[in-house]
Amino acid sequence: MDVRFRTVVLLVLFFTVAFTLRLISLQILQPEWKEKAVSLTSDRQSIPPSRGLLFARKGELLVGSRAAHDLVVLPRQLPETDSLALSQTAQWAGMTVEDLVAALDKAKRYSRYKMSTVKRGIDVEEHARMAATIHLHPGFSFRTRPVRNHLHGVAGHLIGEYAEASPKDLEIDPFYRLGDRIGRSGLERVYELELRGVKGRESVLVDARNRVRNTTLQEGDDRPAEAGKDLHLTIDLPLQQLAERLMQQKKGSVVAIEPHSGEVLALVSAPGFDPDILVGPNRGSYYNSLASDPDKPLFNRAVKATYRPGSIWKMVQGLIALDEGHIQPSSRFLCDRNIIGCHGPHRWDDLRLAVIHSCNPYFYRVMKRMVNAGEGESRFEQDAAGLDHWRNRVSAFGFGTRLGGRLPGTSTGNIPDSKYYDGIYGRHRWDFGTIYSIAIGEGELLTTPLQMANLAATLANRGWYRTPHFIRSVGEDGKPPGLGVQMDTGVDSVHFEPIIRAMQQVVENPSGTGRRARIRGIEVCGKTGTVQDEPRKDHSVFIAFAPKDDPRIAISVYVENSGFGGEWAAPIAALLIEQYLEGEVDNDRRLQRILDADLSNPYAEEATPVSAEPNAP
Amino acid sequence: MTRNSDILRNIDGLTILLFLMLACLGWVNLISAATGPDGAVEWGLNTLHGKQGLWLVVSLVLGFLILQIEGTFFIRTAWLNYAFTLLLCALVLVVGRKVGGARSWFGVGGFGIQPSEFAKMGAALALAWFCSKEGGLHAFGQRIRAAIIVGIPAGLILLQPDAGTVLVFLGFVFAMYREGLSGAVLIVGFAAVVMAVLTILSGAGNLTYPLIGEANGIFRFWLMFVATATASVLLLRNATLPRYRGRITTRAIASALAALIFSIGMHLALEEVLRPHQRERIQVLFGLEVDNPDADYNIRHAKTAIGSGGWTGMGWRNGPMTGYGFVPEQETDFIFCTWAEEWGLFGAVFFLILFSSFILRILFIAERQRSQFTRVYAYGVGGILFMHMLINVGMVLGLAPVIGIPLPFMSYGGSSFMAFALMIAILLRLDAERFSVLR
Repeated sequence: MDVRFRTVVLLVLFFTVAFTLRLISLQILQPEWKEKAVSLTSDRQSIPPSRGLLFARKGELLVGSRAAHDLVVLPRQLPETDSLALSQTAQWAGMTVEDLVAALDKAKRYSRYKMSTVKRGIDVEEHARMAATIHLHPGFSFRTRPVRNHLHGVAGHLIGEYAEASPKDLEIDPFYRLGDRIGRSGLERVYELELRGVKGRESVLVDARNRVRNTTLQEGDDRPAEAGKDLHLTIDLPLQQLAERLMQQKKGSVVAIEPHSGEVLALVSAPGFDPDILVGPNRGSYYNSLASDPDKPLFNRAVKATYRPGSIWKMVQGLIALDEGHIQPSSRFLCDRNIIGCHGPHRWDDLRLAVIHSCNPYFYRVMKRMVNAGEGESRFEQDAAGLDHWRNRVSAFGFGTRLGGRLPGTSTGNIPDSKYYDGIYGRHRWDFGTIYSIAIGEGELLTTPLQMANLAATLANRGWYRTPHFIRSVGEDGKPPGLGVQMDTGVDSVHFEPIIRAMQQVVENPSGTGRRARIRGIEVCGKTGTVQDEPRKDHSVFIAFAPKDDPRIAISVYVENSGFGGEWAAPIAALLIEQYLEGEVDNDRRLQRILDADLSNPYAEEATPVSAEPNAP
Repeated sequence: MTRNSDILRNIDGLTILLFLMLACLGWVNLISAATGPDGAVEWGLNTLHGKQGLWLVVSLVLGFLILQIEGTFFIRTAWLNYAFTLLLCALVLVVGRKVGGARSWFGVGGFGIQPSEFAKMGAALALAWFCSKEGGLHAFGQRIRAAIIVGIPAGLILLQPDAGTVLVFLGFVFAMYREGLSGAVLIVGFAAVVMAVLTILSGAGNLTYPLIGEANGIFRFWLMFVATATASVLLLRNATLPRYRGRITTRAIASALAALIFSIGMHLALEEVLRPHQRERIQVLFGLEVDNPDADYNIRHAKTAIGSGGWTGMGWRNGPMTGYGFVPEQETDFIFCTWAEEWGLFGAVFFLILFSSFILRILFIAERQRSQFTRVYAYGVGGILFMHMLINVGMVLGLAPVIGIPLPFMSYGGSSFMAFALMIAILLRLDAERFSVLR
């Protein structure tokens, strides 16, 4: 055989063997190539757990879940674009070129290798249209995430917001990644840990464009996501819906409580908002319009706003004075109207009549006795001690406390004590004569609508209450501990009888201030309040419970700058009591009058003629 | 004259078998490369594998027709063939379609024809004609003229520019060597290439040496080279007869010294003469890691794909590295990655054995010819196939610079496949007539 043939054959064999050795080295001896391939082609993805749902009292779904699509971009994969391609992409995305350029610049500044959101909350039709041609726009993709679906659009303040986690949230809790959502306010925030569930993990195959191509990969620490727990709310959906309807075009709040359990049946703050729009694609503009509204629709008045309670306060005064022995139910005081004014034709009322007539001088006297009863060397010290003792008794009704409330921003209100007045006037520089306006629920006294409803519940229970709360059950676990704790006011239940009889007559008596709260067939006990807010119109206040002997609902209604208590707050309360107890509203005329009333302008000429005296009960 | 059917009975069955095996294997692999792992395989002439299938059928029919033509036709028309392919190569520079910076395609509808692929066949026929006329390449002038015959098409292709195909023309060196070119040319050239590659590879990074500390990796290479050379010289002394011993020892020491000096000179040239970006370009050519993470993207991903194959591979249409687009140009120049990832070491070595068996069979056929024309032609075909394997597989394995040429029978490309099919068919016909050739 030719030697040159042999040489060539050997060369061929030499390289075949060399390549084989190289293959053995790459494929068998160097496992790092395999690892590298795995790290390039597989991506560890975290599976978001489905968030717990919210249900109303009778099991109605309040807050569900639906899919929302965000348009995201991976800047690394963006081609060098000319203005034509850019305008085509903008048109495809339904954005202006300027918005798109701004979003892309922001994405590039954040990271070239990480997804950034360009447009959020794309609706179903638009998503379908865009998905058909997304291959023409390299670098863009969709990210699907579940968003809250407020089926009835109610109780937005109570439920709160589920929105993108802030950089601070990301720092505090490693659970959250950029773009994740977190309960920002309301119950969504209070029960975040229960609602959010546990994230799962899975390994997926991705292609060179980082798109997921295959999810069947199984790795050791893959695990499914654990869904969050559902929240079963105490809210009665029909009651809440009606309350929100009634409070449209009004400012103020409604709080209804089931007296024996402390469960809140309805919680309304007006003006409100539609929580479903806040999770949708128009969130930005809607949020801005809400935030800039001078009536502060985002502010939960029911637990955060503090108002002077007005005449409803007189019942607290009467109860404490009875229990302290300063008065008897039969005690009468002259309605002299020297120091403090009054209204209506009465002169010599006992306690029951004083409540019915809301007699200011009567409760001025009552408060004077209580404050003067303090021990001390001087009049100033006696009054200071008396005031502090009074404050302790009042606090037992839950005033000046958060009532065990867990909602963020829940106010305590203000029950002044001696230190408070020392701070204003100086020590030994004030006595009862300085502070007497708190006797009739005015002055420095501040309470929240929730506290007022709780007073109604306490009256219904004749002396005790359970802390108001919003949750019946978390998942299947029942009521979380610490909710609905029974509290005692320390006032003997016998003292409630004259007050409750008076409350009944406020409603039942044809000339009673709360006669607009009368409901056929139901014994309603109520008390009106009218709180001055010069130069605007008065606040209209009403608290009530019903039925009288087996109370199932206690309610407070506060309508800002609308008129006197019996005019607006009382009929609203009555409609709600009727709705709750009867399951429907029979009184169409009353309903229509409330629905038609626009009381949102505090300086408006009176919408309807005032049927009772100005600045009354 | 023997009847045509008797001649066809002498056609080499083993070559046809190996050819068909390579063609099938290549097409099956192309289906995987073209479709990726997800979904069902789509068919149609708009898909790569569909187009390639059409080319396969057309090529086989053409090859079958060529088998019917007498071998003397190809010998007599060798110059015509050569001239025609040269004309095409010249024409494509004027009217060709520019793809990826090179003007190397004639566009015909959805199909493209690459004249440079056919130029290999023309050059092989012309070189065979020239050598058989001259009776070998023994004189200097003969060698120069043979080099010109190969050089003209290579020069035209370099103008496209397509450096990869030009390198393939080096395959004719094997034919020329067989016909009388000095072996020293081959050995020195080969040794120089090996030394250059090893120098560049070892000199690219630093190593930690005992006692000395960190220094350039080239010193280890030089030390190892000196040690190996010394050992080889000592072994040679013992293995040779005493009367040749002195001369062989002297030559061995001289060659080793020359190689060492070449390596040192090359390293110094790399380090001192070249500017950093030029050096980087060479290092990237050799698939070495450099500071720019994207510079060696292609070769890094090719090696990753191959390395992830393991013993038996990921399975057909199941390789994520190639299937999900991490390896560039994986239907053409990097097609071997798909095969190696999906069929593993077994598949890859099987392919290498199949391919080199094919080359060796062609060389074996060459050696059994009485006709010098057929022998040179066969060496030309075998040499070209060998250069393709050397450059393409060497590239994807990170052993050769990244130079884009197809892997015959595997890469997508109709011209390439058809040109090889025609070349093989002509060879088979010439070989079948080997008994009717007198001299």
